[in-house]
Amino acid sequence: MNASLKNELEIFAVKSRLLMLEGVYNAKAGHPGGSLSIAELLSYLYNVELRVDPNDPHDENRDRFVLSKGHAAPALYAALALKGFFPVEDIKTLRKANSYLQGHPSMKSVPGVDMSTGSLGQGVSAAVGMALAAKLDNKDYRVYTILGDGEIEEGQVWEASMFASAKKLDNLVVIVDNNNLQIDGTVEEVNSPYPIPEKFMSFGFNTIEIDGNNLDEIESALEKAKTVKGRPTAIIAKTVKGKGVSYMENQVNWHGVAPNEELYNVAVEELTAQLNALEGEK
Amino acid sequence: MSEIIKTATRDAYGKALVELGNTDAKIVVLDADLAAATKTGMFKKAHPEKFIDCGIAEGNMMGVAAGLASAGYTVFASSFAMFAAGRAFEQVRNSIGYPHLNVKIGATHAGISVGEDGASHQCCEDIGLMRTIPDMVILNPADDVEARLCVLAAAKHNGPVYMRFGRLAVPRVFDENYDFQIGKGNILKEGTDVTVIATGLMVNEALVAAQKLSDDGVSVRVVNMATIKPIDRDIIIDSAKKTGALVTAEEHNIIGGLGSAVSEVVCETVPVPVLRVGVEDTFGKSGPALELLHIFGLDADNIVAKCKKAVALKK
Repeated sequence: MNASLKNELEIFAVKSRLLMLEGVYNAKAGHPGGSLSIAELLSYLYNVELRVDPNDPHDENRDRFVLSKGHAAPALYAALALKGFFPVEDIKTLRKANSYLQGHPSMKSVPGVDMSTGSLGQGVSAAVGMALAAKLDNKDYRVYTILGDGEIEEGQVWEASMFASAKKLDNLVVIVDNNNLQIDGTVEEVNSPYPIPEKFMSFGFNTIEIDGNNLDEIESALEKAKTVKGRPTAIIAKTVKGKGVSYMENQVNWHGVAPNEELYNVAVEELTAQLNALEGEK
Repeated sequence: MSEIIKTATRDAYGKALVELGNTDAKIVVLDADLAAATKTGMFKKAHPEKFIDCGIAEGNMMGVAAGLASAGYTVFASSFAMFAAGRAFEQVRNSIGYPHLNVKIGATHAGISVGEDGASHQCCEDIGLMRTIPDMVILNPADDVEARLCVLAAAKHNGPVYMRFGRLAVPRVFDENYDFQIGKGNILKEGTDVTVIATGLMVNEALVAAQKLSDDGVSVRVVNMATIKPIDRDIIIDSAKKTGALVTAEEHNIIGGLGSAVSEVVCETVPVPVLRVGVEDTFGKSGPALELLHIFGLDADNIVAKCKKAVALKK
């Protein structure tokens, strides 16, 4: 990846982090940790990978993205807003009673959301259904979904994986946000899904392990996925939960709470400093 | 006397799917390893390219159905009622109901008449479960003619539909001119003393009961209620006003099904006695289907008894 593109994508990721926290802070509720961890993944997907058009969000030939870990809605909304699917100012209404920005993604109310998610394990099945539809229709669109590493404790994920592999859905990319934390502790402490790559491999997936906060590695994995025929790809993306905000990084207690004013200001300060440094590199 | 035609509604389901597949390119049928029993196997044979077996994984099947529907397909997803409505309830609720996707759930082997397989497979809770999902349409046809029309109507309806079919061959009630509409009950026989509102295989029992009661001097209106949701309020209110007492009859738990739906309407509009014929909040058991229906009171005799009681309760 050339330096200029990388800088642009990093700036997008930091801007999205500021936006997601603005949403969660104003809502006084939400899931910052697992939203912050996927900012680079969404930056690459929405700026480079996905064939989507904010002016035609229902184009039947578009690539699909399903946020199976629906609680990271602030991250998805931030990326969609920055891409122009809806006004950036609306992020302030996240989770409010009259807002279309529901606490978990709703395909009926938010432009650019391809599937309503939030109940863990279900989004991946819908993504598989979309990939199957592309095959039935002989269309070339691709389908991407991000799962949590805690989410893959749900049996439905493996029902969906078995099926995707059996139906040879090489237009499907499953990304696991492996930030190692879930609500009750580390994923190992709660109900270990490890080893994750071996599980997907045994289910017949082309499996790639990357640093999920590293844009070069994200690019390389997604490019490799396109060359694989006859089977779906799983990208196990090791990430830092709470990435970009010092006091949230790798802290389990920042899974599902909003920062108070003081801590929010600290986060804004830190992220603004990161943004300014990146802007300076332009 | 002409021979009584008996067909299982699941057979009519399979045939109607084939018919739809002949004309509609954007239809797909999903099953969970039960194609021979649910009769989607007929569709598989006729339209193999539009049939997808999801294996024994009903939760994933409902999600796959949602994904296909989001891409413009009208999707029929089939399994036994126990697994379609029971096991996959939350997938139906969250992946299909909440986003209002065009998935039609073809649930066969509903109720006690599953027979020998016993309680684990005799689903008498599905209507109750599906009724609590906002905007879910629930269709429970009485015979093969109505079952076919339900499938065709479901395909035209925009949004999720739950269709309930039986394993047991049941007598034909309707002729080929019958005009089925979602949300409309229909009066099969007029009467003045009490109304039996029946659904599914209990409709035929209600007609038999009405004849017996007529011999005893009780005049019975019989209403067929194939659409459990949205329930036909007008026909319930009209029946309550004109006959002053109601009896509901269904092959489902008396909690949560047709009896509950009718009671809800009557309580808030024209409070009259409502007695319910159904499975009385118990699990089923193994046995020949017809024998079980009598054991569980799902027959004309029980409707007769309940009607007499309902008439006696009228002031």
